[in-house]
Parts: sequence; C-alpha cells; structure tokens
Amino acid sequence: MRKRSIALAGAAMFAYAFLYVPLFIVVVYSFNDSRLNAEWVGFTLDWYRTLVRDDQMLTAAGNSLIIGLVASFVSTALGTLAGLAMHRYRLRLLPILIVAPIAIPEILMGVSLLIFFVLLNFTLGLVSVALAHIAFCIGFVAIVVRARLAGMDETLTEAARDCGASPIKAFRYVTLPLIMPGVVAGALMAFTLSIDDFVITFFTAGAGTVTLPLQIYSMIKIAVTPEVNAVSTLLMLLTLVLIVIAAKLSPTLLRSQEES
Amino acid sequence: MATRPSTRLGRWLVGGPPLLYLLVFFAAPTLIMVLASFRSPGEFGGLAPIVDEAGKLDLNVDSYVRFVTEPVFIRVFVKSAWYALLTTLFCLLLAYPLATLVAKSSKKYRDLLLLLVILPFWSNFLIRIYAWMIILGPNAALAKVVNGLRGLFGLEPVSLLFSGFAVLVCLVYVSLPFMVLPLYANLEKHDQALLDAAQDLGANAWQRFWRITFPLSLPGVYAGGTLVFIPALGIFAIPDILGGPEDTLIGNLIKQQFLETRDWPFGSVLSIVLTVAALVLAGAAAWIGRRGAARHA
Repeated sequence: MRKRSIALAGAAMFAYAFLYVPLFIVVVYSFNDSRLNAEWVGFTLDWYRTLVRDDQMLTAAGNSLIIGLVASFVSTALGTLAGLAMHRYRLRLLPILIVAPIAIPEILMGVSLLIFFVLLNFTLGLVSVALAHIAFCIGFVAIVVRARLAGMDETLTEAARDCGASPIKAFRYVTLPLIMPGVVAGALMAFTLSIDDFVITFFTAGAGTVTLPLQIYSMIKIAVTPEVNAVSTLLMLLTLVLIVIAAKLSPTLLRSQEES
Repeated sequence: MATRPSTRLGRWLVGGPPLLYLLVFFAAPTLIMVLASFRSPGEFGGLAPIVDEAGKLDLNVDSYVRFVTEPVFIRVFVKSAWYALLTTLFCLLLAYPLATLVAKSSKKYRDLLLLLVILPFWSNFLIRIYAWMIILGPNAALAKVVNGLRGLFGLEPVSLLFSGFAVLVCLVYVSLPFMVLPLYANLEKHDQALLDAAQDLGANAWQRFWRITFPLSLPGVYAGGTLVFIPALGIFAIPDILGGPEDTLIGNLIKQQFLETRDWPFGSVLSIVLTVAALVLAGAAAWIGRRGAARHA
C-alpha cells in the first residue's frame, strides 16, 4: 500500500513538473544575459529594456489592450443577459448558440468570420478582431453568470417585484448586486481570453493589425530572442493575477469548463 | 415568473441582444461558409461571381469531389487523427495518476492541486509553444544529451525541433489539463467502500484497479478524450511552429487555403469536414460514455 502511494505521488509529481518546467524556463531565460536560450550566463534586465523600447511590441500591446477592454465590456453585457435569459426562460436557440462557439474547432470560427468580413467588404483590423472576440467570449461569460444565478435565491427578485419594483429596478437593486461576483469573474475571463487569443485573431486581423500574440508569433517564426521571454513573462504575470482574482470571485469558475 | 404578463416581452428584452449578436457574428458566418463550400474559387482568390456571364448559377460540389478523390487530403486527415489519438493516449497516461492524487488528497489541498493543473492552461497558447522551442532547441541541454547518446552508438545527430516528436510533445502539453479535469470529477465520486470490499474478498491492487476503478472511470475518460482529441484534431499553430515539412495537419491545410492559395471553397470544405468529424466523434463519445455509465450504475 505504501509503495503504491509513493509511486502514485511520483507519477503525479512528474506530471506537475511537465506542466511547470517549460513555463519556468521561459521566465528564467528572460533574465539571462545571453542571446541564446541555451544555458544560464548571468542576470540581466536588458531584455525588458529592449522590450519597452520596441515600438512594434508596444503598438501590439496597445492594440491587445484596446481589443481586450472593448471585447470584455461588450461580451460581459451580452453574456450576462444571455445567462439571465437561459436561467429564467425555456429557450431553444440561445443555449445552442452559447455552447456551439466553445464546442466547435476554433479554426472554423476564424475562417468563417474571415469570409464573412471580406464578403461584406468590412475592412479587417481592430474592429473586426473585437467583433470576433465578443462572439467567442459571450458564451464563457454566460456560463459563469448562469452558474452564479443557479446558486441564487430567485424568490428575492420575486419579492422585490411583489413589493412593486419594476423589472428593471428589481434587476438593478436585487439581482445584479447578488450576481456581481459572477459578472466580474466573467469579465476578467473574457479579457484574458481576448488578450490570449491567437487563432481567431490570426484570421480576422488582416495584414496591418498586430496584437501581442500575433507579434509573438511573427517573432518566433523569424528569429527567437529572449525579448520574447520577457514579453511572455509579463503576459503570464498579468493573466495569473486576473485569473486568481476571477477564481476568488467565482469559485465555480474552475469547474465551469467541464460542465459546458 | 411564468405567470407574469410581461414574460414574453422580458424574454425578448433579455435574451434578444445576445441572440441577435450570435446570429450575426456566429450563425451567419458559419452558414455563409457552408454556402461557400458549394461555390467555385474566384480567379484572384475568394469566390467566383455567383452568376457567371452565361447567366449560370455557381453552385457545385467540385470541392467536395476534389477532397474525396485526391488521396493527399485524406492522408492529411488520417495523419491528424493519428496525432490526435496519440495525444489523447499520452494525456490519459499522465492525467490518471495526477487526477487520482488530487481526488485522494484531503479537501484542504484539493482546490490548490486542481488550480495548479489549470493555471498553465491560462498562460498564452503561443508562450507554451515557445517554451518547447527553447527546450527542444539545437543548443539546449536536451538535444546535446540525446545527440551525445546517439553519437556513442555511431548514429547521426537529429534535430528534436521541427519534427513530429516536437509536435506531439507540445500537443500533449497544451491538452493535459483537459484530460485531468473530467477524470478528477469522475474519480472524486468513487466510493471507497467498493475498493475495501474487493480487498476484503482478496483482490490485489492490480485487480482492484482494472476491475473496479478503471471501468467506473470510463465516463471521465471519454469526456476527457473528447476534450483532448477534438481541439488536437484542428490545431494549426503547433505544427506550424514546431513541425517539420512532413507535419502538415488539417489546420495547416485550412490556413493554406485561406491565406496562401486563397481557395475559399476548398478551405471551407476542409473546415466543414473537420467540424463534422469532430461533432460526430464528440457525439459518439458522449453516447458510449452514457451507455457505459448506465451499465455500471
């Protein structure tokens, strides 16, 4: 029995190491005083200095930020409505449209939106990327908000209505404050998904527009420099902070993936 | 709520905006792509005019015929399915001990251990690919060790990067959390009394695993398998960055059709075949999983 649990713990530790060692290496080499990501030479912050002077990278970061803010704001509004609608009413079409973008291969959404925008003569750029990001974020927000609503006492809203509150007032003063942690968690999740998205952005950005993942992609396709490690480290830090906050606000967040 | 007269209106006010958005930016593009798969490619990419000079409507199944008749495309699909299958198997091997450990640990540590599995999934997808570029790179320690060993046996040095091996390792890496989560959700519900009873009746550890734990965990295995297999089938960034010239998968083919050859109809056919294959497999896995669960219940 003891031997078995040691073997089990060993195998599990190996799996954890497999998950973390690669990311750890990226972070460590971002402080390495060598152009080659091969062996440790000495500590430096040069790659971060290169990073903040890299105009293309800063433009890309700015674009990612704008798209992320717009996409998370709009998709949170629409996703909250969707979560509310699915919780309150028996709907047929909406639940399918909420789950489908999450369930189908990502590349399909990328190429179909590419055809869609080009056929409509819609210029590919920041706006088309933001519209695409909103489309795939709505579902994630809706699922988180719905999970929150499922744990809420619906009679509270009913009581407010019975006391004469209009539907809008009941929502504004009773339902919304109660589901707020879910809404904020959904917004943070949408922002993270938007900032990290590569595949759908790749097809909907067109030639002239660059986001952080697209910039990283072209850098590692052409020439690998530890500047990529530096930007990766900062991006990981940002994502980590956002996700930890989101998970604190909505404990079901971690499990919502498998329920969908 | 159902008794209120304003329900119908409320339904549309609440559900309408997200429904409209998803109809315009998800359902319509998908339908347009299905239609595009029945059109001819345009002279300069995109689509040919829907009505040609002779007034004939441009609707045909040429691109589907091309997909079925040219063996190279089927071969890419088979190769993609093979990579996705290997990815699923290796993920299962790694995920089983991990999910077991998390399920057996005390409630205090469980959430933390689970969070540690999920966190890497939230780091940028490209960063995770890039990490393997470093590890498998020609100057890195791993390549030196491997090629040193090969040298002892008089074998030529090999490149770990830009190979099928690199693609597979990275596919397993990015997919692992999707196998661990459903497996954990399943294993956590297992009744320890069953295993104790089996032990009292003289079953050894091996028998207890294969005849109780594993069969009971099959719904989790199928769910995890689906979550790993389907995204792996359509992946394009990993073979694009880490693969060699032979590692063209469906995703790369689709990207080529839309961004290089600009043959939209054929690209649409490939995307549709990929999606249909994915949905059929997901449906089959869900069905088998449910049937298995019913039998063991």
